[in-house]
Amino acid sequence: MRNQKIILSVKDLNIKFNLRGRQLHAIRGVSLDVYEGESLAIVGESGSGKSVFTKTFMGLLDVNGFVDSGRIVYNGTDIANFTEKEWLKIRGKEIAMVLQDPMTSLNPLKTIGAQIGEAIWMHQGLKGDALKSAVVEILKDVGITEPERRAKQYPHEFSGGMRQRVVIAIAVACRPRILICDEPTTALDVTIQAQILKLLKELKQKFDLTTIYITHDLGVVANVADRIAVMYAGDIVEIGKSEEVFYDPKHPYTWALLSSLPQLGKKGEDLYSIKGTPPNLFYEVKGDAFAARNPQALKIDFEERPPYFDVTETHKARTWLLDPRAPKVEPPEHIRELRKLGGKYNAGK
Amino acid sequence: MIKYLAKRIFRSIFTLIIIISVVFSLLRFMPIEGYFQNFDKLTEAQIQAGLSNMGLDQPLPVQLFNFFKNLLHGDLGVSRTYRTNVPVMDIIVEKIPVSVQFGLMSIAFSMLVGFPLGILMARSKGKFWDKFGTVFIVFIQAVPAAVYYLFIQIYGTELLDISMLYNANRPITWVLPVISMSLGNIAYYAMWLRRYMVDESNKDYVRLARAKGLSQGKIMSKHVFRNAFVPMVQYIPNSILNTVIGSIYVESLYSIPGMGGLLVNVIQKQDNTMVQALVIIFASVGILGLVLGDLLMCIVDPRISFTKKGGAR
Repeated sequence: MRNQKIILSVKDLNIKFNLRGRQLHAIRGVSLDVYEGESLAIVGESGSGKSVFTKTFMGLLDVNGFVDSGRIVYNGTDIANFTEKEWLKIRGKEIAMVLQDPMTSLNPLKTIGAQIGEAIWMHQGLKGDALKSAVVEILKDVGITEPERRAKQYPHEFSGGMRQRVVIAIAVACRPRILICDEPTTALDVTIQAQILKLLKELKQKFDLTTIYITHDLGVVANVADRIAVMYAGDIVEIGKSEEVFYDPKHPYTWALLSSLPQLGKKGEDLYSIKGTPPNLFYEVKGDAFAARNPQALKIDFEERPPYFDVTETHKARTWLLDPRAPKVEPPEHIRELRKLGGKYNAGK
Repeated sequence: MIKYLAKRIFRSIFTLIIIISVVFSLLRFMPIEGYFQNFDKLTEAQIQAGLSNMGLDQPLPVQLFNFFKNLLHGDLGVSRTYRTNVPVMDIIVEKIPVSVQFGLMSIAFSMLVGFPLGILMARSKGKFWDKFGTVFIVFIQAVPAAVYYLFIQIYGTELLDISMLYNANRPITWVLPVISMSLGNIAYYAMWLRRYMVDESNKDYVRLARAKGLSQGKIMSKHVFRNAFVPMVQYIPNSILNTVIGSIYVESLYSIPGMGGLLVNVIQKQDNTMVQALVIIFASVGILGLVLGDLLMCIVDPRISFTKKGGAR
């Protein structure tokens, strides 16, 4: 991982929103390096800021949101404070996005050929027959049969899964270097989900894409991610290779998140849920943002924000539990069991 | 498509027959003075003779049947008090071109002003032009049309230094009536277009278009306006009706020799046959507008399909 080239580097990013005269601190000093060719998953509950965070990579923040401080370096330039005009050179061409709901993300009144063609025309300047054949080509790539005929149809003539393929086709049509998938399978049923994830993996190989998945579905993460970043209350609390985060999680929030997986619950018992609510980001968060919901929180958790502690070269977490002075707090039992599974996993490797 | 259209037109004709029957029957309850030029001077016997001469002593269904029979030959009866014994058709035929001309000019003008105003308001949502447009719309909706019609006539003619009345040979005298008739539709178009454009621009596909890398201007013209225009099409028939309603007052205000002014005139003169003919014509225009709206809707929205029932998934 060390030797890999960094394609996108985020440093101390702070994003705020103006809401009814108050400021909401949505992203609180996040740093993240994305390596070329990797598949990174950002997980976290609703409102944790994972979507807002990645939207800044494309300049797609809502009008009341702004980058307060920090840098986003792509290709040697800081893109954090790009103007709308500068973004047009990046959006769709260098960094593309697949949106959540395929039922509503296509314009119902334009043929899908026209909608894909629009992107190619914008960024590659193709016209006429060349444009048509490029559209057919990309439709083939995303696994749509009879592409010539389908290109002339309207979105309502496509099923949900097929529409998501079209949305993906639009995203990869201009050969972006980074593909951000914002909950690409949330709106689809399970069998289609698997197909779409398979397609995304294939396209990643074929076009050398760097993919960033945003999801709260840990099943998706396990399926596709090389690395996982866990977000909570506008901050990355733990980041590492997927097997590190899955089998040897260090942050109490990651424990809680994994405990909520129905697969880890015991039959006949209630499913685990995290008590309390995330902190109100209108106010400055003191200490560890998760402390209030963490039954094993230390005193310092309420007073000072923990720094990152390295677990391994690739795995780090923001929790005081990793401080050498901290008392030994064992993760819940089923999380310890995961570690055993991980041991098996690592041995098998 | 053809089949749908045929069905739609057939249904409209049926509607029209019902309207004619109702209008015809209701007007038979009007005082019989309306059938005679000099009712006060006539004796009872003369009145009875006159009525039976006009076939008005027959039972209502028979009268209605005769009326329809004549209608098939384009005969709407003769005027009684407005211009005695002149066929209604002859009177109206002279007036139709004037009304159609004013109606079309007014609709064209309101589209020319109303659509850009709606787009401007949607694009500057919450800013100056949006507020300006909202004030205008609220004013037009809230103030009775008759009030601003009069204001426009009084102050407009003074401003342009022209006569208060319409003059076919001086196009400048057409300007104020057209503007008066358009104001309602301008407000109507601007209000709905703004609303649909704001609706559309909050939809997911606009976000996708933005993520695709389209500029704000292209998104507005190629996606948002195009899609907002589809529901707008439904409002075209309504605006035709509004124009007809507007013409009734505006034409009499400026003494424009059209059908709208005529209707006011014949109602005052209690000319039952004329009223009946004009109401039928206005109803036909309204129904025509509705058919036109449906037809346009099919053309602009690909989701409406005629191939089979529930063809769209």
